[in-house]
Amino acid sequence: MDLGIVKTEYFKIEGELPLECGKSIKDIQVAYETYGTLNENKDNAILVLHALTADAHAAGKHSEDDRKSGWWDNMIGPDKAFDTNKYFVISSNVLGGCKGTTGPSSINPNTNKPYALDFPIITITDMVEVQKKLIDFLGIKKLTVVGGSMGGMQALEWSVNYPDIVNRAIVIASTSRLSAQAIAFNAVGRNAIISDENFNDGNYYDKEHPTQGLGIARMVGHITYLSEEAMHNKFGRDFKNKPSFDFGVDFQVESYLDYQGRIFVDRFDANSYLYITKAVDYFDLPKKHGSLKEAFQKTKARFLIICFSSDWLFTPKQSKEMVSALIQAEVPVSFVEIQSTLGHDAFLIEVENQTKIIKGFLRGQDGKA
Amino acid sequence: MEKLNYNIITRLIEKGSHIIDLGCGDGTLFKKLVDEKEVTGVGIEIKQDRVIEAISKELSVIQADLDEGLEQFPDKSFDIAILNQTLQSTEKPDYVVDEMLRVASKAVISFPNFAYWKVRFYLMFKGKMPVSEALPYEWYNTPNIHLLTINDFYDFCKARNIKIQKSIYLTRGKENKSLLTRALSSLFSEEAVFIITR
Repeated sequence: MDLGIVKTEYFKIEGELPLECGKSIKDIQVAYETYGTLNENKDNAILVLHALTADAHAAGKHSEDDRKSGWWDNMIGPDKAFDTNKYFVISSNVLGGCKGTTGPSSINPNTNKPYALDFPIITITDMVEVQKKLIDFLGIKKLTVVGGSMGGMQALEWSVNYPDIVNRAIVIASTSRLSAQAIAFNAVGRNAIISDENFNDGNYYDKEHPTQGLGIARMVGHITYLSEEAMHNKFGRDFKNKPSFDFGVDFQVESYLDYQGRIFVDRFDANSYLYITKAVDYFDLPKKHGSLKEAFQKTKARFLIICFSSDWLFTPKQSKEMVSALIQAEVPVSFVEIQSTLGHDAFLIEVENQTKIIKGFLRGQDGKA
Repeated sequence: MEKLNYNIITRLIEKGSHIIDLGCGDGTLFKKLVDEKEVTGVGIEIKQDRVIEAISKELSVIQADLDEGLEQFPDKSFDIAILNQTLQSTEKPDYVVDEMLRVASKAVISFPNFAYWKVRFYLMFKGKMPVSEALPYEWYNTPNIHLLTINDFYDFCKARNIKIQKSIYLTRGKENKSLLTRALSSLFSEEAVFIITR
């Protein structure tokens, strides 16, 4: 069953919120959605944390005519992995985003113009601080946190920073820190944006946007989200029509990337892309706490770590490192490496196995087995 | 076959123990121990489908290879390590047993006895690798790459200064209490369960 019609709501953090970089942001707005009902003890909440370019709209539709449902609709809803008959599911857009939560495209109250590059550098910690304000506002006492990719980083940060609130953490296709290779891909994306002739030091909101650069950044991103095998299965070496003998879009895979790049620029802000990828690059849980083991010694949550065999961006090896550190810190943990050819994107697609695993994990009692 | 010894093993585990179940399969034994003995702990299993099945039984299970997956566990982090019907299929049984006795105060190990008379007769009269309920595989697809006998296990423990605290011999899942000598036990028992310590 599906959720039906849902609505994005907005919450305002009054006053200044201090950030990790030393600066602060005034009057932050947070876009969020909730599904299901909060119980009397206020302890059946699940906070869903989104990846790089998603938003608060995780499940359901905004109107009957909506062609697409929320980005994790196959996992959230009545009887689904995150069963809204049982749980109160919350999803919010991250700080620095462009989907309703304050970010570089928002109006700076001090200048009445978009922040652009005056927006301070944000981190995963800052994203979590903003979510914490929302959780307090909703009156939630105990929380399960779950996220894939960058969402998993937020789940890790939550479980280490708020041990008395988080009792379960589900970290999917994620890592405690990016590999140099993953940072390199993000750097190419940022360079594509910054070198776009329309970038104008980020001040493009009343002009042409740097769509060329943002489109290329997205193309690079999509290459990293798929595996070699997934690309082969999806496109092979197929031509769109026949060889054009010029430098136009010839191959199916080119056409796919071209399309992904083009539709992305309509829904995403280039400056947000710069800020959020930077936050992902900076995230380094072991460095911040001395070691990964020391980080996990602070948590009181039970963990579920899921990774995908063909994910070369957030690798199974990185997940195993987290599992080892959790074991060393004597934190209860379950771990599955799901065999999949779909690459990093698998966390959005491999529904059946994830549902079974997550349902079992959520049923398990705290501290037991 | 696997299920037959569950009651015996359950009997051996003290209430509230913190356990590690190595090669826990779909978690049936582990779940029984949680339900009947209120144990806590973790299972280790290599096969994805079994891990998923075990997690859906509300158990903590880590997908890992026993031959390399124990090193991250601190010394004596468990009361008991269980290795049920799995010793014979590990790549490095000696290493696995050493690791069990490092991470836990004691270990419960069970395995099919290759010296069981039916196994001996099978090989002797048919001249083929024995196939039975306890050993349901053909030579070419068996995971049992290190089959052993009860006597082998005694020798193994002796050579490594491992103490055998208790030994239970089973045939068809029932305990053989009347067998007086180890020679007879080895001949008439289909399976053995040991509690060992260092």
